[in-house]
Amino acid sequence: MKDFILPDADFGTPASKSKTMVTLVVDGTPVTVPEGTSVMRASAEAGIKVPRLCATDSIEAFGSCRLCLVEIEGRRGTPASCTTPVTEGMVVHTQTDKLAGLRRGVMELYISDHPLDCLTCAANGDCELQDMAGAVGLREVRYRPGENHFATRCNGEENPRYIPKDTSNPYFTYDPAKCIVCSRCVRACEEVQGTFALTIEGRGFDSRVASGAGQDFLSSDCVSCGACVQACPTATLQENAIIDMGQPDHSVVTTCAYCGVGCSFRAEMKGDTLVRMVPWKQGKANRGHSCVKGRFAYGYASHADRILNPMIRERIEDPWREVSWDEAMTFTATRLRRIQDQHGPGAIGGITSSRCTNEETYLVQKLIRQVFGNNNVDTCARVCHSPTGYGLKTTFGTSAGTQDFDSVAQTDVVIVIGANPTDGHPVFASRLKKRLRAGARLIVIDPRRIDLVRSPHVQAAHHLALTPGTNVAVLTALAHVIVTEGLADEGFIRSRCDWDGFQDWAAFVADDRHSPEATALLTGVPAAELRAAARLFATGGNGAIYYGLGVTEHSQGSTTVMAIANLAMVTGNIGRPGVGVNPLRGQNNVQGACDMGSFPHELPGYRHVQDDATRAIFENLWGVTLSNEPGLRIPNMLDAAVEGTFRGLYVQGEDILQSDPNTKHVAAGLAAMDCVIVHDLFLNETANYAHVFLPGSSFLEKDGTFTNAERRINRVRRVMAPKNGYADWEVTQMLARAMGAGWHYTHPSQVMDEISATTPSFSNVSYELLEREGSVQWPCNDAAPAGTPVMHVDGFVRGKGNFVVTEYVPTDERTGPRFPLLLTTGRILSQYNVGAQTRRTENVVWHDEDVLEIHPHDAEQRGIRDGGWVRLASRSGETTLRAKITERVAPGVVYTTFHHPDTQANVITTDYSDWATNCPEYKVTAVQISPSNGPSDWQKDYAEQAARARRILPAAE
Amino acid sequence: MAEPDATEIEARVRAIAAELAPLEGPLLPILHAVQAACGHVPAAALPVIADVLNLSRAEVYGVMSFYHDFRAEPAGRKVLKICRAEACQAMGADAVAARALAALGVDWHGTTADGAVTLEPVYCLGLCACAPAAMIDGRVVGRVDDARLDALIDEVLA
Repeated sequence: MKDFILPDADFGTPASKSKTMVTLVVDGTPVTVPEGTSVMRASAEAGIKVPRLCATDSIEAFGSCRLCLVEIEGRRGTPASCTTPVTEGMVVHTQTDKLAGLRRGVMELYISDHPLDCLTCAANGDCELQDMAGAVGLREVRYRPGENHFATRCNGEENPRYIPKDTSNPYFTYDPAKCIVCSRCVRACEEVQGTFALTIEGRGFDSRVASGAGQDFLSSDCVSCGACVQACPTATLQENAIIDMGQPDHSVVTTCAYCGVGCSFRAEMKGDTLVRMVPWKQGKANRGHSCVKGRFAYGYASHADRILNPMIRERIEDPWREVSWDEAMTFTATRLRRIQDQHGPGAIGGITSSRCTNEETYLVQKLIRQVFGNNNVDTCARVCHSPTGYGLKTTFGTSAGTQDFDSVAQTDVVIVIGANPTDGHPVFASRLKKRLRAGARLIVIDPRRIDLVRSPHVQAAHHLALTPGTNVAVLTALAHVIVTEGLADEGFIRSRCDWDGFQDWAAFVADDRHSPEATALLTGVPAAELRAAARLFATGGNGAIYYGLGVTEHSQGSTTVMAIANLAMVTGNIGRPGVGVNPLRGQNNVQGACDMGSFPHELPGYRHVQDDATRAIFENLWGVTLSNEPGLRIPNMLDAAVEGTFRGLYVQGEDILQSDPNTKHVAAGLAAMDCVIVHDLFLNETANYAHVFLPGSSFLEKDGTFTNAERRINRVRRVMAPKNGYADWEVTQMLARAMGAGWHYTHPSQVMDEISATTPSFSNVSYELLEREGSVQWPCNDAAPAGTPVMHVDGFVRGKGNFVVTEYVPTDERTGPRFPLLLTTGRILSQYNVGAQTRRTENVVWHDEDVLEIHPHDAEQRGIRDGGWVRLASRSGETTLRAKITERVAPGVVYTTFHHPDTQANVITTDYSDWATNCPEYKVTAVQISPSNGPSDWQKDYAEQAARARRILPAAE
Repeated sequence: MAEPDATEIEARVRAIAAELAPLEGPLLPILHAVQAACGHVPAAALPVIADVLNLSRAEVYGVMSFYHDFRAEPAGRKVLKICRAEACQAMGADAVAARALAALGVDWHGTTADGAVTLEPVYCLGLCACAPAAMIDGRVVGRVDDARLDALIDEVLA
């Protein structure tokens, strides 16, 4: 997919969805298009390009530039082709003498207020204004120099109309001097991104693009998604990378390595240097949109902190020693085998990465199962979406979301529960907001007033601001209203679900103790509001549920997922576009990591290790006998390490010390091991306790696939050679071979072939298919050769939908006099997960430290000032950070993020976890807050230990 | 005149905006009402209006800045507008304008140092038959010659 830079085809106006077709003639060529298509788009489909400046097909027609005028037989004048819909039998002329004269006149006016510095302009080679001047044959500008916006001085004086460049955003520059006021940026911000941060200030000749109410870009509402930069036809809004480096010369389509939306991008390159990432219009997850992370925050891949050589040390107290790959592998293999000799084959294990590719994850679990000879493999999904796997498998039969992202365009009522899409999954949020602006209704179930509750042009119909930890009670109360008010979809339930099971469940939820009135005191949600929300969801049309870690990261995470599934089934909202149950996955490949058999009890494709037939498939292929004993989960590994029975761990692309709960316990577990191998881009926090550091490769440096939250398998393509010498899959293979395995993969496509040969839901997946289709959603097999956008269409994967009784059991983590507040954690738009990547980019201008959100009432009681240091303490530990006083959190609830290791929010979190899957209860911790003078002793000790652990000996002469 | 503090502005603007929000297309009526109440539309009003109507700050600013009649700064005690459109120019408005500027010692949109009057250009008052035209605090005046202008200036400076 390496191509020269050919811009994605732009048809000028969006496609019409009409089924009625209309035929017209453009410049003598007959064209048939859907009703509602613009004359401009119809012409483009016939291969005829009508000159234009203010039109682009990501936004609605505007009709302001007057360059796309055409003549239509039987009509007077010269209508704009972008705003004129086609009619049957229409005869259009796009090139006549009259039009040529008009267009030249229009261009002449544009150029009269535009600098003629094309040769030194950043957009040179990629400027639509330049292209149009060429297309209309502009040869002279007759207007004499006069009032303008581009000259710094006019008639010997300062030009009052000249506005200097706005360079406040770290990634792009706004140069008003180049602006032709086409409004494309303003409309992209509104229609594509949905932030409404831009406007046109003034009128007539005074008109200028303005961010906010006269602020600069950085202090406006701008979220730096890049949609305006993408839409700008000139150099007015331009990536700083282009200003610095010039135009790229080729591009490669690949997949973003940040969140679970899995946006497709064109990596635009100069040689093997990445110039910019541009969202790919054909990408089915993002449809040409992006967020600040994927679009701009890729600088970590070339950050000076990256470690490029393998390193080892005898003891974690020693400094690191750089060694050759051979020495590192021999050292590691010897240590791991020695541990196994002394403590048994089960004394070592590994953790797969949700940031690495499917192929790499598959190889890590293969290494553990085939070469280590046990099932001690786990993945970070343990701490995020393991309850999704368990809950959806139990109710529906598959461990994945039911829809594609396109489905949101057909939904009528959306429940967002325990997710903050505008920060965590911004591109999905933009697609959701677009649908909400078009009239869909929204119910938010979240303790915090997230942006979706109310932000420009979006207002939730109901915000159920529940007390953290009461998800199950709220969802059961919603079901109670639906069942007792006779709103259940009996036809759907009788035909698609287990009827006896439903009746048991219905009797359970109908019990008075589950009514909103009975649970209101417990959940903090007013009964009338909850009843109204239940009625809306049950009767409002297509109902879709989107959820995140606010659902799963609880002691009843799995129960909550099942309660969500129950709610979808009881309302008949499964099996067609616009409905469904949709987990929003945190990391780029967390779905894939789960699919690839990263759990200690499951082989690839979610097949239990006790299933003899499945084990036989792998045993035949791998030539070993596989253990039928489920292995250790991450918390069990750490417990066993503290006890001394588990002594070696291979961690690929994860930072469990920062991301897992109860940091002190994690640190103690790691410190007790004999061989911790960290395979990562950076010396992360976990590496402070490692004996071997294997440098990793970024997503730009390898081939593979990521599977996003909609089960979509997207290609990741290598655009440059690995800076550390080897892609991650090659490093895992080296380790396997050092331990005696006969692996001979030469390309990740061979790994995918092995996956499809062994895993029924992937049986038709191959790189050739992905090349042809762009991407596919599993299951992809003979029954669904091109993949499955919507699941459970004709029946549930497990047969009949299974209603599960969801008894609410309060968490053991309670508030009391010593810890009266509830802490819940989340994330922020500009940072990602533990921040290892985004902290090493300019994204830190938006968020350079974790802050504690606290309600004014709670702050006042404790004498806490906005911006002041506070001590945050729980039963597990304490840390300090700065306070932010806000009404976004309810009284009694405080909130923070976990992006920065110096805060270590997970020192606070407890080791309570989901009853079914051990997913930690990050979202509920009883805490106390008090004013503080600065970092806690733990933070100081930690910083000292980290600095000591990161020492690297100079290379031997 | 002392500028009311931000909390007071916010409270007044919020009350006005909340009252008018149910109207169809409420933004312009709200801006008019705020200007009527405060004499101008203070910068602090924009985020409040945006919040009440659930619009972005940028949108409210875009609309306000489109209309020259909405002023961001307080005007003088009286506002004198002189028509600068074609018909009035043909009947000698330029001379009237020059005389007014000189007499008041301000530039267009300027306010005299004593805060008595703000002088503004306007483009057509619909009084072309009586050109040149002017307007003082909403009252139109036709056939403005030197004498009539001087009388107007005396009136505003009084």
